Amino acid sequence: MEWDLLSQLVLNGMIVGALYGVVAMSFVLIYKASQVVNFAQGEFLLVGAWVCWWLLARWGLPFWAGFLLTLGFMTIFGVLLQVIVLRPLIGEPVISVIMATVGLSIFFQALMKWMFGVFAQPFPPIFRTERVNVLGLQVQSAYLLSLAISLVVMAAFGWFFTASKHGLAMRATAFDQQVAQSLGISVPRVFAMSWTISAVVSAVAGVTVGVVNGVSSGLSFYGIKVFPAVILGGLDSILGAVLGGLIVGVLENLAQYVDAQFLGWGNMFQIAPFYALILILMLRPYGLFGTQSIERV
Amino acid sequence: MSVMTPAGDYRESYHADMCIFPTRNSRWAMLVGLALCCAAPLVLDRYALSLMINIGMLGIAALGLNILVGFTGQISIGHAAFFGFGAFASAGFADLGVPVLLAMPLAALATTAVGLVFGLPAARLKGLYLVIATLAAQFILEDFFARAQWFSGGVAGRVTDAPNLFGVALDTDARYFYVVLLWVVLSFCAVANLVRTRDGRALIAVRDHYLSAEMMGVDLAYYRTLSFGIASFFAGLGGALYAHYLRFVSVEAFTILFSIQFLAMVIIGGLGSVMGSLLGTCFMVLLPEVVQAVADALQGGAIDRALKLGSSIAFLREMTIGAAIILFLVFEPEGLARRWRLIKAYWKLYPYSY
Repeated sequence: MEWDLLSQLVLNGMIVGALYGVVAMSFVLIYKASQVVNFAQGEFLLVGAWVCWWLLARWGLPFWAGFLLTLGFMTIFGVLLQVIVLRPLIGEPVISVIMATVGLSIFFQALMKWMFGVFAQPFPPIFRTERVNVLGLQVQSAYLLSLAISLVVMAAFGWFFTASKHGLAMRATAFDQQVAQSLGISVPRVFAMSWTISAVVSAVAGVTVGVVNGVSSGLSFYGIKVFPAVILGGLDSILGAVLGGLIVGVLENLAQYVDAQFLGWGNMFQIAPFYALILILMLRPYGLFGTQSIERV
Repeated sequence: MSVMTPAGDYRESYHADMCIFPTRNSRWAMLVGLALCCAAPLVLDRYALSLMINIGMLGIAALGLNILVGFTGQISIGHAAFFGFGAFASAGFADLGVPVLLAMPLAALATTAVGLVFGLPAARLKGLYLVIATLAAQFILEDFFARAQWFSGGVAGRVTDAPNLFGVALDTDARYFYVVLLWVVLSFCAVANLVRTRDGRALIAVRDHYLSAEMMGVDLAYYRTLSFGIASFFAGLGGALYAHYLRFVSVEAFTILFSIQFLAMVIIGGLGSVMGSLLGTCFMVLLPEVVQAVADALQGGAIDRALKLGSSIAFLREMTIGAAIILFLVFEPEGLARRWRLIKAYWKLYPYSY
């Protein structure tokens, strides 16, 4: 067994996994705040990345301006989605809400294909990419940058939820809506805020992936890969989401290695997380850190 | 038996409450509709007939999904994968020498078995977690189709035979229509009656309040798994009909988008409505045709050139599907079935509607 290759795979897995972690975190944010399972999470990445690409490639804006404009756009986008589509569905059964996000997902996927085509588009070169040597492993600098961005976002999340007023309001709402309301927290505003933050953070992840790998409709698959990550970590745990994302990232790469070496099935890279998902659901549906909901009769 | 139901709920016995046809008219309407369907191949052209066949086979699968989603309150977004499994299984049985008409129900049973395997987590899971489990099932099965050459023919796909009845090949649309019609009638009768049995009521009890249901002695795990099995059965049956109609099955057809379309049929038609499954399927089959017609009408015009309608018709279809799901959920959550009831009520009460 080549240890070099293996540790390289683990490192690659961690880098991708950190991005999964960021997306999973923004997924859990929506779930915790408003009990909505968002199947359109991947489309947030997609929309954000395409908008940023459009501003940079078509309008020739410098990266920082395009990036900030994208974040501004995603803020409005998130609020509008929540207010127009999700707010009328408050109080409807879970099925309806899930289906609405599924509808949003295919709508925006198709819209993006219609507007920007089906082919992957590279971002205009922003940073010089070169190979960096980390502990004897070869890593592209762009990947390191994406890892750094993931870590920054995670740290920002941590600060937001433990120290800021709005973050605390959100946690209170997630804990008990009625009590939060009686304490003067505007629950509708918290819902809208959770969608906004989730959209913005996902867009950051989307732009990061776009800068590294180019923008394509494949980005929306991140929204699907989120499910193994969040189930592994526990649906309502932000820490779990981060860990779940990392584990899924590593698992993917290792599964691909095992597949290439021993099984020869092909495609394990994509499918392995879903086998893991079924196993977790059977053995420990609340994941590593999720709340064990016990119902007594 | 009256001609019309009176305004208000005047049912006085359990028998009256459980009957399928509340009035004489509704029974006649059913029979006339069936007779019209039987005459359809003599009148309609090939295009309209193929649309009806599509509605039939997708309708059977949608009906199965409605048992799961509408009656038991469990969601599945892996329905297309089971549909595909039925298609491949039927093609496989036919290749082994089983007569095609027999291979179809056999394939449906095989799909049931697969559905039960993936449904086992369903016994422990509810709502949300089941959605995610079926999402995994969708990808795992899709991967299996792509990989298992012996089963699906791999990337190249698999050619199937037309069914054969007493030496007559049912290979034209007009002949195949009757095969589909037979299965549609059988399936819808079976489900309409299932809802009236003890098992059917148990499924509805699980949906409405699973704790109360359990306290009344309904075995949750059993009924959740059962509804998953029934849904897979009808998905497999629809898939088998699909395989022998197109005479060619390939992996690419059974994507997650197709699964979502099935869900859209059920939601647009009306959750928990047998008739609604068919209405929703009609809607979803006709919607792309309408989009196509609109795009054709605009062809060459300024709008067409500005929006690139012609070259991106596939995306427009997907967008209308997504938009239809959202609009129905926001404005008409009970689907076309309710709209149909309202229209009937309007005519019945005219001009004294209240």
